[in-house]
Amino acid sequence: MKRARIAYDGAIHDATEHDGRLLLTDGRRVDFDAVVWLPPLAPVPWPRTILALGLNYADHAKELAFKAPQEPLVFLKGEGSLIGHRAHTVRPAGVDTMHYECELAVVIGKAAKKVKRADAYDFVAGYTVANDYAIRDYLENWYRPNLRVKNRDTGTPLGPWLVDTADIPNPMNLALRTTVNGKVTQSGSTRDMIFDLPFLIEYFSDFMTLNPGDLILTGTPDGVVDCQPGDVIVTEIEGLGALMNTITAPALTPTLSQREREKASR
Amino acid sequence: MNAFPILAAGTVYGVLLNAKEEWDAWAAQMSEPPYQAPPQAPVLYIKTANTWSVCGSAIVVPARAPEVEIGASLAMVIGTAAQQVAAAEALAHVAGYVLVNDLSLPHASYYRPPVKYKNLDGFLGIGPRLVTPAEVGDPARVRLEVRVDGTLRQTVDCAQMLRPAAQLIADVSEFMTLRRGDVLLLGLGAQRPLARAGQRIEIRAAGHAALGTLTHTLVAEAA
Repeated sequence: MKRARIAYDGAIHDATEHDGRLLLTDGRRVDFDAVVWLPPLAPVPWPRTILALGLNYADHAKELAFKAPQEPLVFLKGEGSLIGHRAHTVRPAGVDTMHYECELAVVIGKAAKKVKRADAYDFVAGYTVANDYAIRDYLENWYRPNLRVKNRDTGTPLGPWLVDTADIPNPMNLALRTTVNGKVTQSGSTRDMIFDLPFLIEYFSDFMTLNPGDLILTGTPDGVVDCQPGDVIVTEIEGLGALMNTITAPALTPTLSQREREKASR
Repeated sequence: MNAFPILAAGTVYGVLLNAKEEWDAWAAQMSEPPYQAPPQAPVLYIKTANTWSVCGSAIVVPARAPEVEIGASLAMVIGTAAQQVAAAEALAHVAGYVLVNDLSLPHASYYRPPVKYKNLDGFLGIGPRLVTPAEVGDPARVRLEVRVDGTLRQTVDCAQMLRPAAQLIADVSEFMTLRRGDVLLLGLGAQRPLARAGQRIEIRAAGHAALGTLTHTLVAEAA
């Protein structure tokens, strides 16, 4: 089953994919382009943990001139950076490099603490596609990748669907690809991950409890390129669907930096 | 986690190297590998919900770590969203303050995100209560005292933060919105004390009785 969370007709709804349309829980059927797509996640009572992997594909590590890590390079993201399918992501004014990252995102289904790799899949609710944008201009070597690079508003599109585990018998053998304005710029397979999903669940749950609704973004293969306002970025994973996003300039142009605002207000 | 009416919704963000004394201690290394340059933006990290511990609870120290580092701080709970706010207006976005104990496993490198050191279950003590901005007044006047088994081990002077509360909110909100319910820690003091299983930690703010005393006992992980 492919599950979505959408805004339609003045309310937020859970929906499922049905014959190329969305089926709402009250029986209404609506077209994909008639709704606003939200991240396909049920609300949780506490802020969800969003773990994200860096350099988890050997080719991408090489692309960024790093040797493959000996243990997972993990960073955390806040929920405030998530947006849904068909939304817009802001490219800050004046930056040189903003790149997409097509990633398999894993949604935890039940509380996982000290889980062994053989049991790891029992704790997964499903899968979706994440686009974990990075603004490389802001990279600093302190808790790198730092939040100014990776935790910006609109910086993490997620969706369109949460796909049940039953529909994805082997998430470690899915083709990934990204297109920019229709041209393929990134392609790979989840089988090339350095640390696979069972490893990651065992590794994280050894020291932190993963709760239902928590996310693991499992990293991206090579093939990242700069994106500019107006570019349409589609990150797609076999069996999970295609997550579309459009780059946009900041709404306020020119954006006054905070310091400039303060100078102006003096 | 149902005992957290004060932290229902948001993400908890901490900041590294905000205490002047800690910055000064690191200054000589900042231009060396792997850092190459002093940090420009606030260096943030996240304390996930699995780390939250209510006041008075026992916090489990993993078997692999003989000692944990105590991170006393003053937490600012955001009341109205702060997005690219100026420092002059920043404190208007704070709904209240609460004491926290941001525990870490000691780690010598600040190069990679500290998830496996800072996001262990129970590793953020919070409480005992959320206090209004009017009761706290200027957060720079808060001085935190850390006691381990009754002995004073550290004093954190919030006046010594390189980015005071308002400037920190402004500089963070420049690149990400602090949403209602999000929490931003003002920073940790330098020379953070260590404690081990069996010890009792108390954090209070001298002269700010309303903030109360945040207490925890460390316990060893069951074999």
